[in-house]
Amino acid sequence: MEETKTKTFRDRIASFVESFGVPRLIIAGFLLALFIAAPFVGADLPTQISNTINRFCWNGILVLAMVPMVHSGCGLNFGLPLGIISGLLGATLSIELGFTGALSFFAAIVISTPFALILGAGYGWLLNKIKGGEMMIATYVGFSSVSFMCMMWLLLPYHSPNMVWGLSGKGLRTTISLEGYYNQALSGFLRIQIGNFSIPTGALLFFAFMAFCMWAFLHTKTGTAMTAVGSNPSFARAAGINVNKIRMLSVIMSTWLGAVGILVYEQGFGFIQLYMAPFYMALPAVSAILIGGASVNKATIMNVIIGTILFQGIVTMTPTVMNNVIHMDMSEVIRIIASQGMILYALTRKSEGGKS
Amino acid sequence: MSNENATTKGNVLQTGQQKKKGNSLLNLLASNTVPIMFIIICAVCIPISGFSPAYLINEILTRMGRNTFLILALLIPIMAGMGLNFGMTLGAMAAEIGLIFVSDWQIYGIPGMVLAMIISIPISMLLGLICGKILNAAKGREMVASYIISFFINGIYQLIVLYMMGSIIPIKHTTVKLPRGYGIRNTVSLLNMRQKLDDLLAINVKGVKIPVATFIVIGLLCLFIVWFRKTKLGQDMRAVGQDMEVARDAGIDVERTRIISILMSTVIAGFGMVIYLQNMGNLSTYSSHSQIGMFAIAALLVGGASVDKASIGNVFLGVTLFHLMFIVAPSAGAKITGDSMIGEYFRVFVSYAVITIALIMYETKKRREKSQMAELLAAEQEADA
Repeated sequence: MEETKTKTFRDRIASFVESFGVPRLIIAGFLLALFIAAPFVGADLPTQISNTINRFCWNGILVLAMVPMVHSGCGLNFGLPLGIISGLLGATLSIELGFTGALSFFAAIVISTPFALILGAGYGWLLNKIKGGEMMIATYVGFSSVSFMCMMWLLLPYHSPNMVWGLSGKGLRTTISLEGYYNQALSGFLRIQIGNFSIPTGALLFFAFMAFCMWAFLHTKTGTAMTAVGSNPSFARAAGINVNKIRMLSVIMSTWLGAVGILVYEQGFGFIQLYMAPFYMALPAVSAILIGGASVNKATIMNVIIGTILFQGIVTMTPTVMNNVIHMDMSEVIRIIASQGMILYALTRKSEGGKS
Repeated sequence: MSNENATTKGNVLQTGQQKKKGNSLLNLLASNTVPIMFIIICAVCIPISGFSPAYLINEILTRMGRNTFLILALLIPIMAGMGLNFGMTLGAMAAEIGLIFVSDWQIYGIPGMVLAMIISIPISMLLGLICGKILNAAKGREMVASYIISFFINGIYQLIVLYMMGSIIPIKHTTVKLPRGYGIRNTVSLLNMRQKLDDLLAINVKGVKIPVATFIVIGLLCLFIVWFRKTKLGQDMRAVGQDMEVARDAGIDVERTRIISILMSTVIAGFGMVIYLQNMGNLSTYSSHSQIGMFAIAALLVGGASVDKASIGNVFLGVTLFHLMFIVAPSAGAKITGDSMIGEYFRVFVSYAVITIALIMYETKKRREKSQMAELLAAEQEADA
């Protein structure tokens, strides 16, 4: 194959550029510039930094959910909304069943688990049928499930007066306040407060725990098998690994982490967002892990941590700093261009997996 | 089986498309599942919704005139084997920029439309060129890449329209400009352009308005596509769509051909968007284009097209069935469940579900053909290596 030879040469250039990581450098440099500029334009730096840490805690686990599927070669999980839906079912059912306070958070995790397992298994089965086209189909599985659940939120027989529309007494509201339920359940735990600077210790610990579990899992026998399936499926098959089973497991893990991730997000944010809200939630998570240095078939825990800090840093810093500098709020536009540009950049890199 | 995983994704795509003789009956059935499903949905919903036939025909003709041109833009990339062009949104954005200028210059009616189309051409070509280059770098995952491109360019579109227009790019009239002095308003009225093309030569048959001029324009595009398929370039595109390697060996510049196909699609989508918006009569600056790609693709797939095969017939069948569902679903949903939102969500769900099912069917079909040819493929690869 003449084509492969030219490709390997281009690969070498590409891998050089990739190790250099031009877009990553730009984003990191941009964030650094924002932090340096912040005090000069009158933004309160401690508040900004604690906001960044806060948002890191909200989103960390959603980004972590990308890791298993990337490892098993299923690509970026654009179908994250499926996991989010399991989490939302857990959250609403936990409230419906009358749990309150921090207990409702753990009840929500427990209730969402069977949903995540079932949906994840179905999703995993589907992705095994369509190897090679995972990312596009994952996107549309996510979209279809979100729009399907839009109907379900209206039709399912919820009764809790805190969740349903006041007038008709049925159908869930678009946003449900978590006041009295698990608002700040993790973030409020052991919170350290120094002036304007605060650290949500509980949420950080929870993320650290999940990240450690993921790291430990990837070093078990099954975890190594998962990496093997992702980097070379035919080799893995020859070594006696059941490729489909491992892929299925990775999808289920990813879906469950998505469910837990949205619950952690909600406890920080303070609201449950239903209907079309989960629609585009996969994209920030995908671009965060890519900004952190992951590629379509390689991702580490460090990528998750760095990526989430960079992405959330930009999300928090740009509005304040930009507003003060040029009196225009361009943050939304910058966020779109940076995150989508990052995904595009990753998609145009040659994939190393799947080649023998 | 193990060999197919070992190949690059791009390679798998070609070999999958290469061999598709044989089970043509099965293919025929498989590719018609979606239209059959839709006929059933419509057959159930029409009586429940309680609309009169005249109303339905009128609505369908309007929507056909509005959407067909846009859907036709999808055909050329499919021919070149690049899948469903989610990047057609780029053309829509180019058209919107054209329309913003035209309404600022206060050029009305048909001349305004034509001018907007002319302005959109260079912008579409530039965007199409960028899109084509990126898709060449992302061979084998064109669809997901083109889908992300549409988001990416949407960011740049917002940057231009929301911040640069009025501050750097001169915009005079306050009817178009935001009160703060720069940026374009959320809605730009196209009232003086509204249905100007549709009303030109319109015929009224028992309360059903037939927008003849719009249909003539659509017909011309159909003729162009039929003619284009027979040209050298069209033949090249089909060859590239069949098998990139073979096409390259035959001396076709594969990359260039692929870029041209996306470029043409983007320009056609731009024209389509002008026609679409003249029918709507106003332009939602930041959201008109966002759903265009999705609805056009869903409609095409409903017509029985697949990711690698689509005809003009698919376009017309699809636009009829899809929009029939779109008209009847909300009121049928409201009658069944007593909640008007259910039908709204239902039709959105169906649009996404149709795309999902079509994508799944395409991928499974590809895999089935591949496993049948696995041994042959292995031999080929050994020879290649």
